Amino acid sequence: MKTLIHITSEKLDPQACLAAVSYPECGGIVSFVGTVRNQTKGKRVLKLEFEAYEKMALKEMQKIADQAKIEFQVEEVLIHHRTGLVKVGEEAVVIVVAAPHRKAAFQACEYCIDTLKETVPIWKKEFFEDGEVWVSAHP
Amino acid sequence: MKIEVIAFGIAKDILNGNQVTLEMKEQSSVADVRQALVDLYPAFQGLASLQLAVNADYVNDDYLIKENDEVVLIPPVSGG
Repeated sequence: MKTLIHITSEKLDPQACLAAVSYPECGGIVSFVGTVRNQTKGKRVLKLEFEAYEKMALKEMQKIADQAKIEFQVEEVLIHHRTGLVKVGEEAVVIVVAAPHRKAAFQACEYCIDTLKETVPIWKKEFFEDGEVWVSAHP
Repeated sequence: MKIEVIAFGIAKDILNGNQVTLEMKEQSSVADVRQALVDLYPAFQGLASLQLAVNADYVNDDYLIKENDEVVLIPPVSGG
């Protein structure tokens, strides 16, 4: 069975995610893949660690998918998020949206990643050469 | 009543552990619990925000906490 809303410490598979939301009714599939950048404000990032309040994070991710379907008339929404240690270049999040037409798919995909960053209880720690920091914790 | 508060992210670092048990008056609200935590751990004041979730949902400040509620500290999220 395909899992549309998923949190895992295993490597994410964008190709499998794309295949999971392919429908004959849908002429537009838009995906967003968030990967680990090698620097933040010029400082070299060695790796990231994601921590999730998994039970609630899955609930909030499902709410985002449900809302995207209502608001943008998309057929299917997949959101996979990685936890644990993630290396530079690896995927941290994969979102795939399938819709009959492309415009709705683009809008819904952007809505999903923007809302995920605001509401889903997942925390990112960046590791630098001279220390580590929880992202966005302080104003 | 005793309330167990579970922490994630930077809240864990501030508590120096995964959870803390607070002794609160009956009918304490989320705002009361947050205030009690800030009093005990002033570093919480430095965070961009500090929400509380009850039973895996965001709740308003006036939500009244019951003894067996799962109360979780949600510092600023940074997924994606």
